[in-house]
Amino acid sequence: MSTPEQPAAPAAPKPTRIPPIVTLDAKFFWEGADKELFLGQKCGDCGEFRFPPRPMCPKCFSVKTEEVPLSGKGTVHSWAIARHPPPFGFKEAPIIAVIELEEGIRFVSNVVGVGYDEVVQDMPVEVTFEPTMNNHKVPVFRPIKK
Amino acid sequence: MARKFTEAAIAGIGATEFSKESGRSELQLAAECAKAACDDAGISPHDIDGMITFTIDNSDEVMLARCLGVKNLAYTTRIPGGGAAAAGTIFQAMAMINAGVCNNVLIWRAMNERSQYRFGQNPTNTTSYQSGNGTGSLLWCVPFGAMTPASWGALQAQRYMHKYGVTNRDLGLISVQQRKYAATNPKAWFYNKPITLEDHQNSKWIMEPLLRMLDCCQESDGGQAILVTSLERARDLKQKPVRILGATQSIPYNVEVISNYYHEDLTVMPEAQGVAGRLWDMVGLGPKDMQAAMIYDAFTPHVLLQLEGFGFCKAGEGKDFVKSGALAIDGILPTNTHGGLLGEAYIHGMNSMAEGVRQIRGTSVNQVKSVTNVLVSSGMAGAVLSAD
Repeated sequence: MSTPEQPAAPAAPKPTRIPPIVTLDAKFFWEGADKELFLGQKCGDCGEFRFPPRPMCPKCFSVKTEEVPLSGKGTVHSWAIARHPPPFGFKEAPIIAVIELEEGIRFVSNVVGVGYDEVVQDMPVEVTFEPTMNNHKVPVFRPIKK
Repeated sequence: MARKFTEAAIAGIGATEFSKESGRSELQLAAECAKAACDDAGISPHDIDGMITFTIDNSDEVMLARCLGVKNLAYTTRIPGGGAAAAGTIFQAMAMINAGVCNNVLIWRAMNERSQYRFGQNPTNTTSYQSGNGTGSLLWCVPFGAMTPASWGALQAQRYMHKYGVTNRDLGLISVQQRKYAATNPKAWFYNKPITLEDHQNSKWIMEPLLRMLDCCQESDGGQAILVTSLERARDLKQKPVRILGATQSIPYNVEVISNYYHEDLTVMPEAQGVAGRLWDMVGLGPKDMQAAMIYDAFTPHVLLQLEGFGFCKAGEGKDFVKSGALAIDGILPTNTHGGLLGEAYIHGMNSMAEGVRQIRGTSVNQVKSVTNVLVSSGMAGAVLSAD
C-alpha cells in the first residue's frame, strides 16, 4: 500500500436506488437498460407490442419475439409522490408515474428533473437513465423541453 | 356421495380478537378462528372436508388440519391476488358445495400482519415481488420507489381522481363514515374512536396528493374463518342460514391486482365491472336489490371505483354518492358497517365477508333494517349473501 501523491478527486456518490428484479422473460429489457437502451418487446410474427414482457403473443400465440428500441417518448398517465414510508434508496421523495409510451404500452417509472408542483397530467416526457446499486441502470423520464 | 347441484350457505363465522400484536403464531390464530366458526355453526372440526385460503397465507393446510383433527380432507385450494381472494374464497366454497363434492368447507385467513411483518412498509426482501404470489407485476414498480400497496394503489387511482375531480377531502368522507361505524363496534381496533373530516385532512400524506394515512387500511394481527355447507344442512344447524345466492370472480385481460396499470382505461375498475356483470346475471338481481354492501377498502378511492363498477352509481358519481350519505346506516347503501379494513381491522377482507353474514343474520352491532341481500366484494370477486 502506497500513499497517493495527491488526493483523488471526490468519488461520485454511490447509487442507492435498488436494482431491478430480473426474470428470464425480461432479461433483455434490463440488459438493454444497463447499456442505456430502452427496449420493447414485439411479436416476431404479427408485430404486436406487449408489456409486461411475456413469452407468448396474446394475439397470434407465437413464441417468436423481437426486441426493438422504443422511441422513449411518452406522457405522464398517472403520478404521485411517495411520502411515507420514505422508499428505500431515495434521498428525496420520488415522483412515481405510469408513463404511456408512444408505442401504446405503459411503464411504471419516475419523473425526474421537475419540481413536485410542476408535474402536469399527460405532460410529454422522454427517457433517460439513472444508476442503481450493483452497477445497473433503470429508465426514468424527464420533461421534453419545448 | 351422490353428486347433484346443491345450494350453498354460510353456517358459521369465527374470529380471534383483532390486534396489533397477537402474541401467538399465525397457525394458532388460524386454528382458533376455525374452531370458533365450527362452534358458531355447531359442527365438529373433525368433519371439515374442504379447506380454502389465500395463496399468501402462511399456514399450511395439513398443519391446520392436524390442529383441528380433520379426519378426511377431500379438497384444498388457494386463491391468488392478495386481498382480492376474500370473496374468491366464498366463490370457491360455494362451487364445491354446489358440485356436491364437499359437505363442510372451511375458509380461513390468519396473519400477524402488524407484529410479524408489515405490508405497509418497504420490503425487507424482494422475493415476494416475484411471480407465484399472485399479486401482479410488482417487480416492475420496486426500483422506482413504488414499494408499498399504497404507492401501487395511488398510481391506480390518480387518473380516475383527476378525470372526475375527486379530491382527497372527498375521500375523507368515506374514512369518517367507516370510523363512525367502527366507533360502535367493540371488536374494532378503533372502537370508540371516531374521526372528523379535519382529523382526516390533518393526517400525514402517504402518497401526495392522493392518499393520507386515514385513507389507508390498518395493519392488523388476527384470524377470520367462515364455514360453508349446504343450505339444507345449514337449516338444521345452530344459526340462521345465510345463503350464498351467487358468487363469482373476474380477471379481465391485462388486469392484475393493485399494480393494475396495463388495461385500457385506468379510470374504471374492469375487474369489478366483470364481477358485477356475472354476478347480477347469476342471481337475477341488481344494485337496487342490495340493502347493504361490504366493499374491499384497502384504500378509499377503491371504494368509489367499486361502487361505480357494481353500478350503485354511474362512472364519476362515486364521490357525490358518498357525499349524499349513501353509505351511512340510514343511507341507500350502508357500506362496511363494521368499520371496514380502515376501522375494524385488516384481516385481508375476510372480516368484511363476516360482516355481510352478520347483516343477513341480523346480528351486526350496526344492524341495517330489513336486510335480505348484501353484496360482499373484494374487487376481483364478489358474492351476494341472502336471507333464507
